[in-house]
Amino acid sequence: MPFVEAIRLALKTIWVQKLKSFFTLLGVMIGVTFLIAVVSIVGGMSRYMTDQVVGKIMAVNSFELRHRPNINLGEMTEERWRELRRRPRIKESDIQPVVDALPPDVKWAAVGNDNLSAQSKYVAKPRQVLAFTVTNDYFDVKKMAPVNGRLFSPQEFERGMPVIVIGQDVANYFFPALDPVGRELVVRGIPYTVVGVMEKQGSAFGISFDKFIVAPHKSALNRYVNAHGVIDAVMIQTASREGMLSTMETVRQVMRARHHLRPSQKDDFELETSDSALEFWNKIKSYLVFAGVALPAIGLVVGAIVIMNIMLVAVAERTREIGIRKSLGARRRDIMSQFLVESATLSTVGAALGVATGFAFAKLIAALTPLPAAVELWSVLVGIGIGAGVGIVAGVYPASRASRLDPITALRAE
Amino acid sequence: MSQDIVHDPLEAPLGSTAERQAVVSAAGATPGQDWVIVTRGIKREYDMGGEVVRALRGVDVAIRRNEYVAIMGPSGSGKSTLMNVIGCLDTPNAGEYWLNGTQVSKMSDDALARVRNKEIGFVFQTFNLLPRASALHNVELPLVYAGVPGDERRRRAREALERVQLGGRVDHRPNELSGGQRQRVAIARALVNNPSILLADEPTGNLDSATSEEIMRVFESLADQGQTVIMVTHEPDIASHARRIIVLRDGMVHSDERRSSFVEKLGLPA
Repeated sequence: MPFVEAIRLALKTIWVQKLKSFFTLLGVMIGVTFLIAVVSIVGGMSRYMTDQVVGKIMAVNSFELRHRPNINLGEMTEERWRELRRRPRIKESDIQPVVDALPPDVKWAAVGNDNLSAQSKYVAKPRQVLAFTVTNDYFDVKKMAPVNGRLFSPQEFERGMPVIVIGQDVANYFFPALDPVGRELVVRGIPYTVVGVMEKQGSAFGISFDKFIVAPHKSALNRYVNAHGVIDAVMIQTASREGMLSTMETVRQVMRARHHLRPSQKDDFELETSDSALEFWNKIKSYLVFAGVALPAIGLVVGAIVIMNIMLVAVAERTREIGIRKSLGARRRDIMSQFLVESATLSTVGAALGVATGFAFAKLIAALTPLPAAVELWSVLVGIGIGAGVGIVAGVYPASRASRLDPITALRAE
Repeated sequence: MSQDIVHDPLEAPLGSTAERQAVVSAAGATPGQDWVIVTRGIKREYDMGGEVVRALRGVDVAIRRNEYVAIMGPSGSGKSTLMNVIGCLDTPNAGEYWLNGTQVSKMSDDALARVRNKEIGFVFQTFNLLPRASALHNVELPLVYAGVPGDERRRRAREALERVQLGGRVDHRPNELSGGQRQRVAIARALVNNPSILLADEPTGNLDSATSEEIMRVFESLADQGQTVIMVTHEPDIASHARRIIVLRDGMVHSDERRSSFVEKLGLPA
């Protein structure tokens, strides 16, 4: 029997017994619902981590030279903690040798940051801001642009002028209903003139990325952010990913030489990329995906058993039909494929419904909680594929029983 | 012998007893072109809970193309078993069964399914139509299994329904049709793939006598058009519509005679 014909027949059979079919495919539907929901939520969180969290902290094709990792999400042993504590800091004096070794098309910026209290004359209460001091290429590397005002001029960088650009939250808090550009913000007793307000950076897990101020590296603010000639990080961005890896190696050699490390000794500094930041997330994600697959699998097994049971009943109920079809020339494989297609169709319809409710479920969670949900095409295909697979597996035994019925006995059945 | 003389034009396709004897006794030989069914010493035994039932004990039957034959016998005579064997629903334990020049007695299940599809059109006592399918779809079924494409299938199914005067009922389901109409749908289904034999099992068993007559007239006209018809029945007046009557008793052929002598013997109206 042609395949399309068989599917049409199966859909008709399912439609005739709507309620019974619905209960039959409920198991598969619930299994696929959870699969889709979990995959969507994990996928959404993953995209969120990559785009929002890490993307905001780290720029594309960039790495940071630090004395210890900035993003510490993994488990921390006592031993590792001691090792990190023993590391020397990155010094102001390290910048020039590192920069001298970089290939010409590479952008770099020395960055320091610290939480400092700031105050403006428009708001009585001082507030903590994340204060950065940076060198020239910083905004270019981070792809940050002002929505109001401007960035620093080369002269302001060069002379360390008391100017700052500020984030949206800072602008809103310290300059309510005012244009911050041209006004002053006081940090550690020194007034800084706001020259620009940066575009909104967003937030992750409820933590805003817009509570920052940025001043030139040579400005007075640097004394508080990077005390004692120490700097937090040198941010280095290459044109390509391959370039990034070779540049990392170059920087590594420079720093090892400066720290007089023997070949047997490990690096006592960190070259942190967005990958290292994502590593921990990926680990969590693999657990979540495993749970997201293992739990629906139970539902699918139950669904398969229900379908097998119902198909056995269907074969028993339709013994006479099988006899008729056999007497008219249906071979074993015709009967086999008829029932296989029927159970696969039943299960696929269940999976399709599960995909729909799974998405609805994911969207509901996204709407009610801060967790985002991203629709993943592969999960739809896998969900429907699993549905068809479960149907075929569950249908094999009943279908083969049907196909082996003796036509004479089958014709006599009531 | 009077059997060798053609009395009735309707009995024209009948061969002589000697001819039949010759083809039946030539064990292993492929029968000639005009023999549609030849069985040689067919035996069929069932194991019914330890007790062996010998349903067929060596049946020799030879039927030519275009014959209209009734197989009669009381219950337990083996006529249903013989019909199942002839219809390729069952295989004999021993003996040869040649259908249309091919020995089918040793074929596999799937090969038998092919033979049923191509060579045999079944008409059953209980009609055996698919209850949820329209008349047209029921008639299409053998063509579906023959792999005929959809358009041609519907065209041929429609033609077959027109042949049994049901051209206006193609979209009706079996429960929307009368008994006689159902049986005519079944006949259309049996004919749609141009089988070598039309095999009817008690075709009037579930019908009243008027409708039975109507169905018998359909068979009559099909036989007139050259269709080989084999009908299994236990009713002598239904059997008497056929042109040759084979009577089974205890799993063996008891008698094999033309209608005229059968009717004469029973005292039925000719």
